[in-house]
Amino acid sequence: MQELSLNILDIAQNSIKAGASLVQIEIEEDRAKDFMRIAVIDDGCGMDEETQRRVTDPFYTTRTTRKVGLGVPFFKMQSEMAGGQFSIRSRVGQGTFIQGTFVRSHIDRMPLGDMAGTYCSLVMVNESTDFLYTHTVDGRSFAADTREFKQVLEGVSLATPQVLEFIREYIQEHLTELYGGVIE
Amino acid sequence: MKSLAELQAIKDKMKGSIGLREEDKNCKRIVVGMATCGIAAGARPVLNAFAKEVADRDLTHQVMVSQTGCIGICQYEPVVEVFVPGEPKVTYVKMTAEKAARVVEEHIIGGNIVHEYTIGANAK
Repeated sequence: MQELSLNILDIAQNSIKAGASLVQIEIEEDRAKDFMRIAVIDDGCGMDEETQRRVTDPFYTTRTTRKVGLGVPFFKMQSEMAGGQFSIRSRVGQGTFIQGTFVRSHIDRMPLGDMAGTYCSLVMVNESTDFLYTHTVDGRSFAADTREFKQVLEGVSLATPQVLEFIREYIQEHLTELYGGVIE
Repeated sequence: MKSLAELQAIKDKMKGSIGLREEDKNCKRIVVGMATCGIAAGARPVLNAFAKEVADRDLTHQVMVSQTGCIGICQYEPVVEVFVPGEPKVTYVKMTAEKAARVVEEHIIGGNIVHEYTIGANAK
């Protein structure tokens, strides 16, 4: 995968599959500390310990159409090849926490890419799931929260084109501002 | 900078014009594969392009864009299935945003399958 935002989209699909009602995507960057952290946290069905151990194995998958499952292994690889660490915590009935850290300037750290595209892809086809995306750069944060959007929208669908366009620009503008004027 | 007040204004404008979607059984469906294989092959821009094409052409009340997991033909991703009521399913393979526009134009609106993008034309 060429962008970390694609890994995030992929990992979030697992949360949706797990029946999560809230999926939290956290991205934290600290340029002075040369650090980056990506976490996907859900309140879905969770996994037992045995399953948790196996999800990083490419030859483990829940799907029945194929014998390999590369989503979690890819994300783990992205983190580890960029000098970071991967971690997973899960409890049956409570949810799952998946996190990767990165040395931000590492030559093999993939660019984050189009987070607005990832967020819009998630919200437009999963209206019954809520998505909270929090992004922090050097201690300053912004958040996109479908619960907040839905409250304003009073029944108008998140998949409405004008609404999606708003959300896309909302994220892009706030990110640009967080980075200090340029998307890196 | 964009604020929620702006979203409020969009809502006020939309509220009056919400058309009811056709009943599900009459709805055409465009289903994009969004498993790891699909995403790695470029499904995100394809999904976003279908949503945009459907919206731009004012088809949201009769066409539903949704996603599915891996259907087992990963070498053909991004894979898109089109369901038109009363007709057999059509599977489009190796899709792009540009191809999405043509599928909406010719198949969804025009009723003509874009044969060169189908799995039948691409299977070797």
